[in-house]
Amino acid sequence: MKIQLEYFALLKDQRGCSSETLETDAATPQQLYSELSERHSFTLGPESLKVAINEDFADWDAPLSEGDTLVFIPPVAGG
Amino acid sequence: MQFSTSETTVDPVALRSALLHDAAGAYASFEGWVRDHNEGKTVDALEYSAYKPLAEKEGARIVKEALKRFDIEAAACVHRVGPLKIGDIAVWVGVSSPHRGAAFDACRYIIDETKARVPIWKRENYRNGHSEWVNCHKVNAR
Repeated sequence: MKIQLEYFALLKDQRGCSSETLETDAATPQQLYSELSERHSFTLGPESLKVAINEDFADWDAPLSEGDTLVFIPPVAGG
Repeated sequence: MQFSTSETTVDPVALRSALLHDAAGAYASFEGWVRDHNEGKTVDALEYSAYKPLAEKEGARIVKEALKRFDIEAAACVHRVGPLKIGDIAVWVGVSSPHRGAAFDACRYIIDETKARVPIWKRENYRNGHSEWVNCHKVNAR
């Protein structure tokens, strides 16, 4: 299935782009992050990230569906 | 809007006027400013980046929580995104309420929760030529 990914902050730098559409068999954000992390040598472990699916926070083991927009959220630093 | 991100300079006077209320006897505000140093390093400039749809959604939730939790009339928060320079307002919070205690408390609540929960990131550019996404290199750093 196709998943739309958006990257921010350190993940954007390490991926080298701000968004991409990916064809994947990953069933959950957890599985997908593990694949991506290996492929792009992301330095942030899942324990320091949050997940958003379709513009709201979601669980790491939430099921992914065709066309979902997925964002892995690095540690925030507003204010 | 109760929480917004802004690409342009924050104007506290204009924002304050939106909180005026006949029942309000108090107003408290907080401004976060861009500082020229962090953790021993000289900061020349910085930029904020936001996942805008979720930042505004989560920020609005925080303001709603404050309205429920404290005896206040109105509250708002604006966070800058994009490149900022030393002294710029990075974030503004304003609260009006019948009495001062709730205004201070709600103001504190909104800025603390915003810093902890809203998907906004800060990249600091240091005098030594390096730059860094704050909080992205040390897990559990607060």
